[in-house]
Amino acid sequence: MSSTFDTIANIIAETCDIPRDSITPDSHAINDLGIDSLDFLDIAFAIDKAFGIKLPLEQWTQEVNDGKATTDQYFVLKNLSARIDELVAAKGA
Amino acid sequence: MRLEYFQLIDRIVDLRLGDRTISVEATVPSESTIFEGHFPGFPLMPGVLLAETMAQTSGWLVVAVNRFERMPFLAAIKDAKFRTFVTPGTVLSVNATLLHEGSGYAVTKASISTKGKAICDAVLTLRVMPFPNPEMSEQMRKTAERIGFPNEVPANG
Repeated sequence: MSSTFDTIANIIAETCDIPRDSITPDSHAINDLGIDSLDFLDIAFAIDKAFGIKLPLEQWTQEVNDGKATTDQYFVLKNLSARIDELVAAKGA
Repeated sequence: MRLEYFQLIDRIVDLRLGDRTISVEATVPSESTIFEGHFPGFPLMPGVLLAETMAQTSGWLVVAVNRFERMPFLAAIKDAKFRTFVTPGTVLSVNATLLHEGSGYAVTKASISTKGKAICDAVLTLRVMPFPNPEMSEQMRKTAERIGFPNEVPANG
């Protein structure tokens, strides 16, 4: 899997004290790993710093609340990795 | 400071959006009912109120960065260290720096000192949300006026 996934998996493991081996690309941060919104702020902070981006958490939350997106699209880690790659690419464009 | 009303900031001394820093002043009151319990015969400013003082200072910086359009709420305190006792009448210098402005949250590093001597410091996370109602927004503006929030915040430090 991509290094993006490895980076966020390591961040989650360290931030939330979750065994690294239990974090897979198909893990759902909320449903599978039990990460709550406060812990996710710590993860977002670490991701923002690691990748030099600003995860659009408010936009994603709004889209989920409005039924325009599912949590899977943003919180399954392989999908989160893809979103991060897009943000990094957009920053460099 | 009016401890019982959680009015912990007396005056904004400096606010620099370019540097993302704020400095405020606050004097611990010489008398308060809080000191009757904390502690009888040995009055000390509670550490939890020092943490709140750092949170409020950080909050005003976040309010400034968001131009009064959004409100911060304390979400987490990390690496808090309380290095010395604080007694009634102590004049506190409180400083905060915005470490990161995320989507819906902010992270600050704050510290309190008196006469150059370190008292406490911490890293704080604040959720940043729309004001819950117009009354709250108006109240914040009134408080801002009371503590000398600059009308024209300089963009650069």
